[in-house]
Amino acid sequence: MPESGMREITYAQAIREGLDQAMEQDANVIVIGEGVPDPKAIFNTTAELREKYGARRVFDMPLSENGVTGVCIGAALSGMRPVMIHQRIDFALLAMDQLVNNAAKWHYMFDGKASVPLVVRVIVGRGWGQGPQHSQSLQAMFSLVPGLKVIMPTTAHDAKGMLISAIEDNNPVMFIEHRWLHQIKDTVPETYYRVPLGQSKVLHEGDTVTVAAFSHMAVEALIAAKALMSVMGIAIEVLDMRSVSPLDVASVLRSVRKTGRLIVADTAFRTGSVAGELITQVVEQAFSALKLPPARIALPDHPMPTSPFMAEHYYPGPETIVAAVADMLGIDKNSDAYIKLTGLLVREGPHDTPNPGFTGPF
Amino acid sequence: MSKDELKLTEQQWDRLALLRSMLRIRRIEEAIAERYAEQEMRCPTHLCIGQEAIAVGVSAVLSRDDVVFSNHRAHGHYIAKGGNVRALIAELYGRSTGCCGGRGGSMHLIDLDVGFMGATPIVGGTVPLAVGSAWAASLKDEKRVSVVFFGDGCFEEGVVHESLNFAALHKLPILFVCENNEFSVYTRMSERQPDRPIYRIAEAHGMAAYHGDGNDVEEVLSIAEAAMDRARNGGGPQFIELSTYRWREHCGPNFDDHLNYRSESEIESGLKDCPIANFASRLELSNILTQSVMDSFEAEFSEEIADAFEFALSSAKPSSKEAGERVYA
Repeated sequence: MPESGMREITYAQAIREGLDQAMEQDANVIVIGEGVPDPKAIFNTTAELREKYGARRVFDMPLSENGVTGVCIGAALSGMRPVMIHQRIDFALLAMDQLVNNAAKWHYMFDGKASVPLVVRVIVGRGWGQGPQHSQSLQAMFSLVPGLKVIMPTTAHDAKGMLISAIEDNNPVMFIEHRWLHQIKDTVPETYYRVPLGQSKVLHEGDTVTVAAFSHMAVEALIAAKALMSVMGIAIEVLDMRSVSPLDVASVLRSVRKTGRLIVADTAFRTGSVAGELITQVVEQAFSALKLPPARIALPDHPMPTSPFMAEHYYPGPETIVAAVADMLGIDKNSDAYIKLTGLLVREGPHDTPNPGFTGPF
Repeated sequence: MSKDELKLTEQQWDRLALLRSMLRIRRIEEAIAERYAEQEMRCPTHLCIGQEAIAVGVSAVLSRDDVVFSNHRAHGHYIAKGGNVRALIAELYGRSTGCCGGRGGSMHLIDLDVGFMGATPIVGGTVPLAVGSAWAASLKDEKRVSVVFFGDGCFEEGVVHESLNFAALHKLPILFVCENNEFSVYTRMSERQPDRPIYRIAEAHGMAAYHGDGNDVEEVLSIAEAAMDRARNGGGPQFIELSTYRWREHCGPNFDDHLNYRSESEIESGLKDCPIANFASRLELSNILTQSVMDSFEAEFSEEIADAFEFALSSAKPSSKEAGERVYA
């Protein structure tokens, strides 16, 4: 039984509630995005906000990603706290000029005289033929830009708390949601609460291998950790990184000093990934603590193909993480225990949906 | 020098103030050009010499609460809105007392005390910001109007059309001021746009649009007055295209006619159409301006400019240790 004021809701419901409560707290919070007030309501994350807060605070938008981002920046400079939403992160590429040249720079280039309290919610797609332009995971691209904060909450609890922190933050924040997290439930307080940006969280304690994971890969890592524990009694430490920028390197260092081994699991293309950056920083600062070279688990360096037949082995999962752990610990992959372990990790249902209930289209 | 001393009516005094304001910008820009070669103002600088009437004519109808956004060629807009001249010059010299503390330079100006919200050099970058500021004013039921200055080249940017569409859709209180000086760096209009008036495109976006002689400060003023009146009273966005001419090089202190990108006769007629000289003779004919008034303006500006440069040059230099500060609010 959850404690009072707590209940199980999905990630999507938690985001909706976070938006709702932030709008209730502060009349300057406005929400805009393609489809925000439409019947689908951005995967139900903006449902009924217009009914509650009216057409002067909840907006649909012309297909002008760059222009409307600039409009939101201008509004933010004039006292509003806009939340802008893109149904796919790929669409935000049209707004890179405004995000990189204006939002990220304004505070710095004008000597701190003004700031841009803007949240941009962007959703990373996966599966069901999302293909090359609807399933990119571009956190590394945004993390290259000083002045932007980039966060990737994994649980419903953190989605709500970090969304509220992002809205209250005086900096532009890229709030990256993985589409496959939207239907996952978690215990979420009914109250208005904050989860700090820039701090990772230990999802599973262990002393053999540190697995630092981003977004949906933290879900996969936790599955791997539970299976390793139950079948082989091996405790890996799973860190849900939660933020990309700032990146909580200190917590990873602390864990690596205990385990001596590091795997970083990212949702993005391998080369130039945040995983690579995190490993670099750990190697720079704790080389002698490492018993083995660190490993990266990430997507292959080619676009996501659309056909389910071609896409079948594109994404790493718990089995990838378990295999990397086995390599590091010298576990015999032909052993009965390992075969039993991997048997537990076989996903049921189609590979290209988050759950059997998902029937498309996006 | 006062209105009464000069025995001028309110209206005559206001006309004289337009000349004074243009001349002040001209002299400040000339002083910058003159000292730029000393290699101590180490930032790209775009002077507005020849284009002063637009900044002055439009700013004359703005109140302190109205906000202005601008672009890479922003000195005139900043000065006309009442921006701090000492902070401008100090910014060019990269000093701590500059309006951006040395983090911006000539292409990044701000003075929030007078509603100068910011100028930046990515062409088109500030146009949607001005719309956003107007949007905020509208959502908060505040009376202020947003103004954004941009050039004919900027009108080719997609974001400008996105901004016009948004402003028209939400009927926002904003003045779009397009300074058409015929050139985008060295490329003339005929190589960039078909032969049709810019302001008519804006009109097609669903807003009132005007065109006028940007070298005639009184024409600018009267168009801006009408546009402002409509913008302030629920008339939605207003677009003003004003024709003008850039005297000097796109970026830097010099004339660049040796590059031969424009003909001698064109340059000659451009320089002849001087917004300051033209208006000064008009005021002389109307017995508003005399040589002694002109002399007193010159003396006043030369003192002000000397003071601003001295202030800048005697100001503290920021340390490279501060370079990493203020990335985040």
